[in-house]
Amino acid sequence: MLKKLSLVAVSAVAFASGAYAAGDAGHVEDFDFSYEGPLGTYDQNQLQRGLHIYTDVCASCHGLKFVPMRTLSDKGGPMLPEDQMKAYTKAYPINDELANPQLFDKDTEEFRALKPTDNFPAVESQGAPDLSLMAKARSGFHGPYGLGINQFVKGIGGAEYIASILTGYTGKEKEEAGTTFYENTAFPGGWIAMAPPLYGEDVEFADGHANDLHSEAEDIAAFLRWTAEPHQDARKRTGFVAVLLMIFLTVTLYLTNKRLWAPIKRKKD
Amino acid sequence: MAGIPHDHYEPKTGGEKWLHSRLPIVGLLYDTLMIPTPKNLNWMWIWGIVLTFCLVLQIVTGIVLAMHYTPHVDLAFASIEHIMRDVNGGYMLRYLHANGASLFFVAVYAHIFRGLYYGSYKAPREITWIIGMIIYLAMMGTAFMGYVLPWGQMSFWGATVITGLFGAIPGVGEMLQTWLLGGPAVDNATLNRFFSLHYLLPFVIAGLVAVHIWAFHTTGNNNPSGVEVRRTSKEDAAKDTLPFWPYFVIKDLFALGVVMIVFWAVVGFMPNFLGHPDNYIEANALATPAHIVPEWYFLPFYAILRAFTADVWVVQLVEFLSFGIVDAKFFGVAAMFGAIAVMAAAPWLDTSSVRSGRYRPMFKWWFALLVVDFLVLMWVGAMPTDEPFATISLIASAYWFGYFLVILPLLGVIEKPLARPATIEEDFDAHYPAKGSDSVAASE
Repeated sequence: MLKKLSLVAVSAVAFASGAYAAGDAGHVEDFDFSYEGPLGTYDQNQLQRGLHIYTDVCASCHGLKFVPMRTLSDKGGPMLPEDQMKAYTKAYPINDELANPQLFDKDTEEFRALKPTDNFPAVESQGAPDLSLMAKARSGFHGPYGLGINQFVKGIGGAEYIASILTGYTGKEKEEAGTTFYENTAFPGGWIAMAPPLYGEDVEFADGHANDLHSEAEDIAAFLRWTAEPHQDARKRTGFVAVLLMIFLTVTLYLTNKRLWAPIKRKKD
Repeated sequence: MAGIPHDHYEPKTGGEKWLHSRLPIVGLLYDTLMIPTPKNLNWMWIWGIVLTFCLVLQIVTGIVLAMHYTPHVDLAFASIEHIMRDVNGGYMLRYLHANGASLFFVAVYAHIFRGLYYGSYKAPREITWIIGMIIYLAMMGTAFMGYVLPWGQMSFWGATVITGLFGAIPGVGEMLQTWLLGGPAVDNATLNRFFSLHYLLPFVIAGLVAVHIWAFHTTGNNNPSGVEVRRTSKEDAAKDTLPFWPYFVIKDLFALGVVMIVFWAVVGFMPNFLGHPDNYIEANALATPAHIVPEWYFLPFYAILRAFTADVWVVQLVEFLSFGIVDAKFFGVAAMFGAIAVMAAAPWLDTSSVRSGRYRPMFKWWFALLVVDFLVLMWVGAMPTDEPFATISLIASAYWFGYFLVILPLLGVIEKPLARPATIEEDFDAHYPAKGSDSVAASE
């Protein structure tokens, strides 16, 4: 009886945890990202395209204050060549000086240029949330039946949520208490304060990669997934090796245990 | 040390004798490791080793995490991101620690329900049970304070809600809450003391675990048959038991291996599965999350806390009888702690002379219902408070109390237990009959 009950218990634990955010959420489209599943890894080119979109569009309102510039060259990230990363960092504009007092140079009484050891500057003047962790601060997947186990293959769906927001505008607007709200099929409640940031063909990629709205949304979402979980590839690799080692160890222990108990259980006579 | 007769450590060489007469530490380790253990223990007896592993894992990863963490409201959230991004292997440490807490609770619930089914709480193991309950409470305190440390939205609001519970205690509540928080609201003082206590409590737990083990090594393990090991002679005891090393060490390590496969898959491939997305948003005292939900392992008791609202007649009756001192809020708090208290009182509430649920035909079903009830409470704890969840949580809470306060005492009187084996050896032999041999004594 206990065996059956413990099986029920395991699924209930999964159920209770997956049931958290399944409230009045909007519709989240299931994008196919390269990093999904236990073995999926980031697509370096996609992350670079995402960085491009972030820099040209998102960065004017949203900061990435937890992401160090130098990590743009890290393995498992966009992997910009070091000289490119340094040039990018040096040229990076500081839109919101008040939010970045750490960049104020007391000697020159001016704001200094960014260094690779600095993080992306914070942007607070527009009232927009920081995006460093957005892909983990939202979740898109809770199935099947609220168990959330599909996260094993799909991830928590934060990037899908972001991409769905970007593609979810219907074009309708309304004004409430002096603020304009835009109808969005992915946003919980249906009305979002952010004006549509992407329309398609907002950026041109050097390699001529597709820049329609859907591809752009997917690329920026993948990039933000990386900013939220920069060591994901390494973590999965560690997990994979650990699981293999544990299986090996467990099989060894199983055989040892079987042999050890055989005379006691009188299976060998 | 143990009451079961067995061979004790005998120092042989001069050096051993010299040490033994001054500090019998080798003897203590030998007797602990070679303790006679009932040979019929099943797979539900493996959780102790999983729990011990969890405690060590949490302390080791926790100590390293503390080297990189900053307990300050302006820096805590950023220091977690520093661990996740800059510290070598920091993301692994943190995910192991966070998911390690969940594994700890999975194991402790399995361990507790095993004890409830096989009557491990019954005489002479009441002290083991009570110490276990204290460990469980200390675990909850530690886990709760640990969850506050990342200083995310759920950390902050969880701390606000849970410390608010103490404010519901009539008379001294507000004073107590201020004292706990170190101020009028959850702030830097709270974060600092929670960090300090989160570091301290695991060592208290380690001490309690030693006493827990000492207690059941004195009484001997319970076992699935609930029949005691024969203590009439060393030979009789040897027929019922096997030494802990190597038989149970290897068996438990194998079970731990199976658990580790699942654990590493979760940590490696879906480390945020059991967390709440809102905790990746930095704490903000001005923005309340839409749903404040505790971690999954608190949900059953959170459901009991929320079940007793002001429109429940029991609550109204108590409020009337106590001249309004016990209001709905305090009633809920009392019910939540009471739910653990009745479980701790199980040794004195269970009137049955039969220890193992295996031989209790009616008890089996009520127990199964209790497990289902626990899971229903866990599910409903994550749901909003409106209907039908309010009614479900009320019924489920009522059953929890009913099981311990009414069913356990009554069953002992009305239930007719099944025939039990006379000895553990008999129980074991019934599972593993001799093959083509009439000799039973050939087990060694």
